[in-house]
Amino acid sequence: MNIFGKSVTYAFLIISSFVFIIPFIWMVSTSLKEPGAIFAFPPQWIPDPFLFQNYKSAWTIAPFQQFLENTVTIVVLTTIGTVISSSIVAFGFARLVFRGRNVWFAILLASMMIPYEVTIIPLYVEFKLLGWIDTLRCLIVPSFFGAAFNIFLLRQYFLTIPYDLDEAAIIDGCSTFQVYWRIMLPIVAPALVTVAIFQVMNAWTDFMGPLIFLNDQRNYTLTLGLNLFRNSYLTEWNNLMAIASLVTVVPLIIFFIGQKYLIGGIAASGIKG
Amino acid sequence: MNKMTRQFEGYSFIGLWIIGFMAFSLGPLLFSLIISFFKWSLLDKPVFIGLKNYIDMFKLDPLFWKSLKVTFTYAVVSVPLGLIVSLLLAILLNLKLKGMGIFRTLFYLPSVITGVAAAVLWMWVLQPDFGILNYFLSFLGIQGPDWLGDPNWALTSLIMMSVWGSGGGIVIFLAGLQNIPQLLYDVSSIDGATKFRQFRAITIPMITPSIFFNLIMGVIGAFRTFTQGYVMTNGGPLNSTYFYALYIYNKAFQDLQMGYAAALSWILFIIIAVLTLLVFKTSSSWVYYETERKG
Repeated sequence: MNIFGKSVTYAFLIISSFVFIIPFIWMVSTSLKEPGAIFAFPPQWIPDPFLFQNYKSAWTIAPFQQFLENTVTIVVLTTIGTVISSSIVAFGFARLVFRGRNVWFAILLASMMIPYEVTIIPLYVEFKLLGWIDTLRCLIVPSFFGAAFNIFLLRQYFLTIPYDLDEAAIIDGCSTFQVYWRIMLPIVAPALVTVAIFQVMNAWTDFMGPLIFLNDQRNYTLTLGLNLFRNSYLTEWNNLMAIASLVTVVPLIIFFIGQKYLIGGIAASGIKG
Repeated sequence: MNKMTRQFEGYSFIGLWIIGFMAFSLGPLLFSLIISFFKWSLLDKPVFIGLKNYIDMFKLDPLFWKSLKVTFTYAVVSVPLGLIVSLLLAILLNLKLKGMGIFRTLFYLPSVITGVAAAVLWMWVLQPDFGILNYFLSFLGIQGPDWLGDPNWALTSLIMMSVWGSGGGIVIFLAGLQNIPQLLYDVSSIDGATKFRQFRAITIPMITPSIFFNLIMGVIGAFRTFTQGYVMTNGGPLNSTYFYALYIYNKAFQDLQMGYAAALSWILFIIIAVLTLLVFKTSSSWVYYETERKG
């Protein structure tokens, strides 16, 4: 490419990335401003002074500590649940031969089409009958039964492992469960990380589930807390942006650490070009 | 190992999912179909009313049609727009120039902010008097509208926001682009193909599977849009952002019309199923997979 083409490309990339990134900068900048500077015109890009205590005060206006604890509980337990259960099921689909396997796998694929919005009303009724409404159980327990997309993803990984390995292990006296647990799991560890990342992101940002299943403020998650905070007339934009920034920190860190796993996961799900 | 133990073993591994599927997916799905034939407020006894919920919906409920229209408009505009933007950016990022890793991260970042955090952030960006969008527009001499408060602009605002978050698609397109053998470009340029012709005859056909994937995910995602409507506009102004999923939620959990909401949700299920099948069925005519070369 010639120098002209290169400069045009760079100019375009710089301008468009600026457009993509500016709301972000605006969020962090607002979160550090003093109340009087929020409505300054023209906008003040670099806060003067930097008010880091906005974060602390916003955090204590509403019980965000409690919301954080609830969110972390859900994130940790659902991630453990989905990684273990999805990998067990995926192992069954990929490595064991039994009657009905293909039919069930077809059902699994079809089940990905069922939207949450359709099942959530009866789920609400079901959880109400079980006495689970307004407990974190509604959001945690289902993750221990495998998630269709994760099962599909992990099955693709399991299929790439040579079968000699299973046979050799069984001749050496491993039970099928030991083959899964001691031989296969370590091999597919990168895929487990991918699944874990997806789950952490989903659970961290989930809004509709908590909105429907949780009522008492003590059980609120961060996203519900942020929405509650937004609805309060006392809330200033700087405090709101401080909380929004804090809520965004976790997905950001995970994104930076897990970039290669995310991309690897997408590639492995069989979408080729 | 005999046949019986094999069966037993297989089902003891996948059984976990089968139970979960029955309890949390298929069961609720069928239960939802059943209660869609009832009038039920959750507090009293359900009353069987046959197809009345469905008939009322189609004949007597303007809000049903309005929310369908809003959701369709949103899907039809935001999905192709997001695809075009992310494909264009992916093609640029795929050029072998310095610093592309940084740009890739910058474009991807917004898609990391989702849900309520993104909604709250955009309420501030779109704020009519002090938001930065109208500030930048004022440079061009444009007096920006009251984005979320104006029925003519509210849905447009949410579409802009969705394009901003379409960076996730860039990654998928990049993976697709990087899988195209360089050989195809080399050979065709020896034959005198222009860059534009290469783009049309090589790049586009080779990445159609990625386009396909992004399209399905995008359409389904658009039909399930809820958070923006709930947090930012509450369906307003004048119902201009009254998304279908928001309507289901309000019918069920605000008006406590469980049967009616279940009927609404079944219509959503059918729409998503039909669209997905449609995209799958037609895909063979426009999706090119390397392994199934046709003559």
